[in-house]
Amino acid sequence: MKIGDLTELALRNLREAILRNSLTTLGVAVGVASLVAMLSLGVGLQQFASQRLASSGLFNAIFVASRYNARDEGRSSRQTPPAESSIPPRPLDESARQEIAQLPNVGEVYPEIRFMTEIRYGDKPYPTMVAGMPDSARTDGAFDGMQGNFFSGPSADEAILQIEFAKELSTQPSSLIGKDLILRYAERQALPEQSGKAAQSSSAGNSKNSAGGGFSVVPHEKKLRIVGIISTEPAGGFGGLGRSRVFIPLAVAETLSATQVNDLRDVLNASNKTHSYGSLTVRVKSPTLVPPVEAAIKNMGFSTFSLLDTTRNLSLFFTVIDLLLGIFGSLALVVATLGIVNTLVMAILERRREIGVFKALGADDRDIKQLFFAEAGVMGLVGGIAGVTLGWLIGKGVTWGTNIYLSRRNLPPVNISSVPLWLALGAIVFAIAVSLAAGLYPASRAAHLNPVEALRYE
Amino acid sequence: MSFGHNGFAIHADNVSRHYQMGAALIRAVDDVSLQVRSGEFLALLGSSGSGKSTLLNLLAGLDRPTAGAIIVDGRNLAEMNTHELARYRSLTVGMVFQAFNLLPRMTLEENVELPLRLAEVERADRAARVREALERVHLEKRLTHRPSELSGGEQQRAALARALVNRPTILLADEPTGNLDSATGEGIMLLLKHFNQSMGMTIVMVTHERPLAERFADRIATVADGKLIGVIAKSSSGAHS
Repeated sequence: MKIGDLTELALRNLREAILRNSLTTLGVAVGVASLVAMLSLGVGLQQFASQRLASSGLFNAIFVASRYNARDEGRSSRQTPPAESSIPPRPLDESARQEIAQLPNVGEVYPEIRFMTEIRYGDKPYPTMVAGMPDSARTDGAFDGMQGNFFSGPSADEAILQIEFAKELSTQPSSLIGKDLILRYAERQALPEQSGKAAQSSSAGNSKNSAGGGFSVVPHEKKLRIVGIISTEPAGGFGGLGRSRVFIPLAVAETLSATQVNDLRDVLNASNKTHSYGSLTVRVKSPTLVPPVEAAIKNMGFSTFSLLDTTRNLSLFFTVIDLLLGIFGSLALVVATLGIVNTLVMAILERRREIGVFKALGADDRDIKQLFFAEAGVMGLVGGIAGVTLGWLIGKGVTWGTNIYLSRRNLPPVNISSVPLWLALGAIVFAIAVSLAAGLYPASRAAHLNPVEALRYE
Repeated sequence: MSFGHNGFAIHADNVSRHYQMGAALIRAVDDVSLQVRSGEFLALLGSSGSGKSTLLNLLAGLDRPTAGAIIVDGRNLAEMNTHELARYRSLTVGMVFQAFNLLPRMTLEENVELPLRLAEVERADRAARVREALERVHLEKRLTHRPSELSGGEQQRAALARALVNRPTILLADEPTGNLDSATGEGIMLLLKHFNQSMGMTIVMVTHERPLAERFADRIATVADGKLIGVIAKSSSGAHS
């Protein structure tokens, strides 16, 4: 029989017992919905975790340090690959920063600036760590969901407070927005040039940054306006000196010339005559481009670190979670397949005589088998489509309920379910495949009915 | 195995159909040899349980003999596989039954179209073939009616149209008037005779009504206890063929 005729006859047969077939199809739909809802939550949670991690700016970032630093900070030279160890280490100074910025696919390169300060607010001192944030943080999602606004400009004398720190300043943190605070910090100032020593001015162009010849530390103050309060802690870099709780524009942080730990190392390192950075953060245009850029930086003689391996482990974790969710979700579909078997076996009993007539009129065993397969396949297709829709709705419902819960706790909304195209199509194909498998026994039984006995059946 | 035609549409040679029911062996058809000429109208006459319907099912390819050969168009039905038998039932023979066996959920048009679907006739040709078959039985105006909306005679005429729509050379009828009153039954028999004479169609009809067989059939083969006990030609009453 041609496929068009087969489909027509299958649809006609399904319509004839519309209630029973609808209930069976509903069973398939519920099974598929259970599977899709489970997997959509798995996929959604994975996407949510990936987005949150991506918004932290860690996955398209390479953290660059001088190999001098790596050794100094206790990272054994034995960890350095042999090929890398053959490249001589070099200082991480302004010229290196410019060189890295010229590499292909590099978006921006900025130093990690974190330093200890004392914040004065309401005539009370609050010691804390300050971090400089690049202007790109405005759009990379790191400050999404904050109260107030991001810095009005890259050089604005403004600050964003971490919520826990803001709570120390005021019992009503949101009332701090628009108010001023005083930042007290230790500015490094170059010592006058000593005889017999060739002190060089900083290649960064700031005479206060002179290194090699030592520097003096002078307390300074700067008034900053609070423009925002953030509940999370955006990553300012890697290997910092503890959690930063006050964020200021990076350009402002650079002009402060606040004393950092690596300044002490510069003083002690006699071979280094210029100011060097403790570390640089390199933003690559896409996470997939991180490996080649990282390799190029290593070839320049620097130590690097990125979180790509962590991403791979995260994918593995979610794949296992998806697998487990899929297995539990499939249980309902297994029950539904029993419904299909039952429905088709009932159909054979009811249509026994009809099968006999079909055979008397020239139907082959294969025609009968295909007819029952087509009916099972249609139930699978319709059940699959309905199930995907139902599963999507369940996922949306769970997300909706979760967001109500989160909003009551003043937390930003999240999307924890997702039904990508591959999941929708895969679930429908799976439903059809399972339905066809369920139709195997009834179809075979119908096909092998003895036509003479079938025609006698009342 | 090879058998010659010798002008026979059907050649049954020592055909048996035995069933094992518990310890008992049922000889539904027992060593029957029978030839049906092309264009002949043969009646298989016998009482209930005589084995005539079993023999007809064997000729229709719905059942397989446990022994013997049935040759149709030079092919032994006993040696055909299920697919070949299905093709045979689809294209070579048409069947009508005592109970009509129209599918109640389908309209008349759909019932008659069904053999065309099974024979994979092109969709474009089907409507004309259905109409032609229904015109032959004078039901062309009842295309959209369901079997339950037709009288018994009309249902049997529709079943005849369904049997003829694939233009078979042999028509096998199992008690075609068994569920009809005598007047309606006669109308069906006249139609069968008409097809036999005008189209040269070979007809084998099972009946237990001797007068009907004597009136319309060219020959009467009498079956009792699974055996063929005599074949009488209408023109020479009492003579065995």
